[in-house]
Amino acid sequence: MFRIAEKTPLNPTVTKMVIEAPLVAKKAQPGQFIIVRPFEDSERIPLTIADFDCQAGTITIIFQIVGGTTMELNQLEAGQSVHDFVGPLGRASELEGLKKVAVVGGGVGCAIAYPTAKRLHELGAEVHSIVGFRSKDLVILEQEFEAVSDHMAKMSDDGTWGEKGLVTNALEALIQAGNQYDEVIAIGPLIMMKFVCKLTEKYGIKTTVSMNPIMIDGTGMCGGCRLTVGGVTKFACVDGPDFDGHQVDFDEAMHRGSTYREFEAHAREASCNLLNKEVQ
Amino acid sequence: MAHQINMDPCKCPMPSQEPQVRNHNFDEVALGYTAEMAVNEAKRCLNCKNKPCQTGCPVGIDIPAFIGKVAEEDFEGAYQVLSASSALPAVCGRVCPQENQCEGKCVRGIKGESVGIGRLERFVADWHREHVNEAPVKPQPNGHKVAIIGAGPSGLTAAGDLAKLGYEVTIYEALHLAGGVLVYGIPEFRLPKAIVQQEIDGLKALGVTIETNMVIGKVLTIDELMGEYGFEAVYIASGAGLPRFMGIPGESLKGVYSANEYLTRINLMKAYKPGSKTPIMHSHKVAVVGGGNVAMDAARCAKRMGAEEVYIVYRRGMEELPARKEEVEHAQEEGIIFKTLTNPVEVLGDEDGRVRGMACIEMELGEPDASGRRRPVEKPDSRFELEVDTMIMSIGTSPNPLIRSTTPGLETNRHGCIVTNGDDGLTSREGVYAGGDAVTGAATVILAMGAGKQAAAAIHQYIQNK
Repeated sequence: MFRIAEKTPLNPTVTKMVIEAPLVAKKAQPGQFIIVRPFEDSERIPLTIADFDCQAGTITIIFQIVGGTTMELNQLEAGQSVHDFVGPLGRASELEGLKKVAVVGGGVGCAIAYPTAKRLHELGAEVHSIVGFRSKDLVILEQEFEAVSDHMAKMSDDGTWGEKGLVTNALEALIQAGNQYDEVIAIGPLIMMKFVCKLTEKYGIKTTVSMNPIMIDGTGMCGGCRLTVGGVTKFACVDGPDFDGHQVDFDEAMHRGSTYREFEAHAREASCNLLNKEVQ
Repeated sequence: MAHQINMDPCKCPMPSQEPQVRNHNFDEVALGYTAEMAVNEAKRCLNCKNKPCQTGCPVGIDIPAFIGKVAEEDFEGAYQVLSASSALPAVCGRVCPQENQCEGKCVRGIKGESVGIGRLERFVADWHREHVNEAPVKPQPNGHKVAIIGAGPSGLTAAGDLAKLGYEVTIYEALHLAGGVLVYGIPEFRLPKAIVQQEIDGLKALGVTIETNMVIGKVLTIDELMGEYGFEAVYIASGAGLPRFMGIPGESLKGVYSANEYLTRINLMKAYKPGSKTPIMHSHKVAVVGGGNVAMDAARCAKRMGAEEVYIVYRRGMEELPARKEEVEHAQEEGIIFKTLTNPVEVLGDEDGRVRGMACIEMELGEPDASGRRRPVEKPDSRFELEVDTMIMSIGTSPNPLIRSTTPGLETNRHGCIVTNGDDGLTSREGVYAGGDAVTGAATVILAMGAGKQAAAAIHQYIQNK
């Protein structure tokens, strides 16, 4: 059992949890992920590590409440425990030696983009953060991003926060203004990462994306997380989760990601009904 | 000779659920012998002086001795003989390929059927579980610590043997549950999970510590285990690894599973139970590609999950199927359709990216290849389509990279399997032993157990001679 030290809602559908897992915290690096099972009968879900503190022995996760398991996780409060917590899994992001980087985060993907931006900042890189949300209500980690960014572009779909538009508009503007990036790191919805990659391909800028496909064990056993990268089958859990974005077959990843969409919708409804009953 | 020999040329048949009943439930297929059946079957044993059956057992059980006890109706005495050699008799009695091992060497098998050694082993282990409640006696600690990586059949066996010798044993398991392939792979209807749990509880009673959720190579390395954690030896029994795919077009369509994923969802994550939170596709027509035991398990699970038509698609013939004969027969009885001499060349998808079928070609057998089996060759112009909505790839695995990539000086071969010096499992690192699928590539439960047994003996010798 792993105790929840802190729980903070970041917006109505996104929650931050700090979990006591000293062994995981000791080894964690940006870009890696953990597998969590809230209860004994829950599914195993992968979540990218949002922050870690090896002194305090804690791992921070930030998750969006999208399906049955994230709903279960969100039912737990500080002081309670998650049943299983495994990590750190996957390969760490390769950030050493980068001088100037654009970090693009979209939606809850910002939870993963932030530790990357922070690490780059600590390593002395010039960090341009481009963060986008659907609207003002959904914004997370604004101050945190500002603290580690040399330049920050804020975008929203509806114009209620920062500028109205897509992260790709802001990125292209920065590139056209003469910024020469060693690398673009894009973390967010698949569709966002796909279009960031299309844009950077045009300008010939190396782009890394962080993939978060369906997984069960997360250790290289089930093969559920497979992706096609450069025409070859790769497993996000052991070969990733970071990949060269120009090589990733995003359309296929989007298709595979929707395999259980109906099941998830049903699980969400079932959980909501349970909650409603509890409220009544 | 203590008893009158039963000269019936045939084994006492195993009582089983009817095929058309069992292919709709996950309850155990084989129901086990009654005491009367067991005694009668035991009396078929000739008690050969040279014990050919024992030479066929990877863990070296004194088979005539335990069968002799069954014939005398001393079932607990029989159990004591079994447990002297095997850490998991209730498991082995169910999943060992006895026909190629002990029973394959049985003299009675020359002019009839061999003695039902596996069925008797199962009977004895079950009898003990149901009738004896004594906790095993914890051995006197000998002051030495050994770490085992992986709580599957190989790791559990090594742990049992070392614990009995007084070692302080810690097993590190990557998943949330101990058991390895016994819990994530082999389905409930072939090996009830309560039985696995009981065997594991027995090890815990011997003093074995099992730490779940520990991915060695990530959270801790072997160097840390042997350094700050103070383990004098490590046994790597991390099992097989990443599933293989064929590399044909369409393998990423929705509805293509690896057998590992499909079985893990159903067995470990209990997707077969109503109300399970783990999603699984409710398929109508399923093709399982491959011909091993894992393929049979996947096919029989698919049938039980409600699929109307389930195919085994295999590129060689029925004779060449690597699965146990009994598994193939069970699958056939349950209505699995065998499409042998058939090789998939493409998975076909609909506009939504879901599997709608697969294109296959017919094969014929040519000259024997390096494995001694006749090589399948394509029949010209034989392409046809098979309508399926789910495809399960069961064509083997390649070793997991996590340990080899984080253990300096650990030699692996070109396939990625850990290299050992032979039977005792010593790797290129002092004090580090390995066995089971991590060394051999995908094999059987009993071979993994045999490797665990040999490694435990070698570790004991190494530590005592230090």
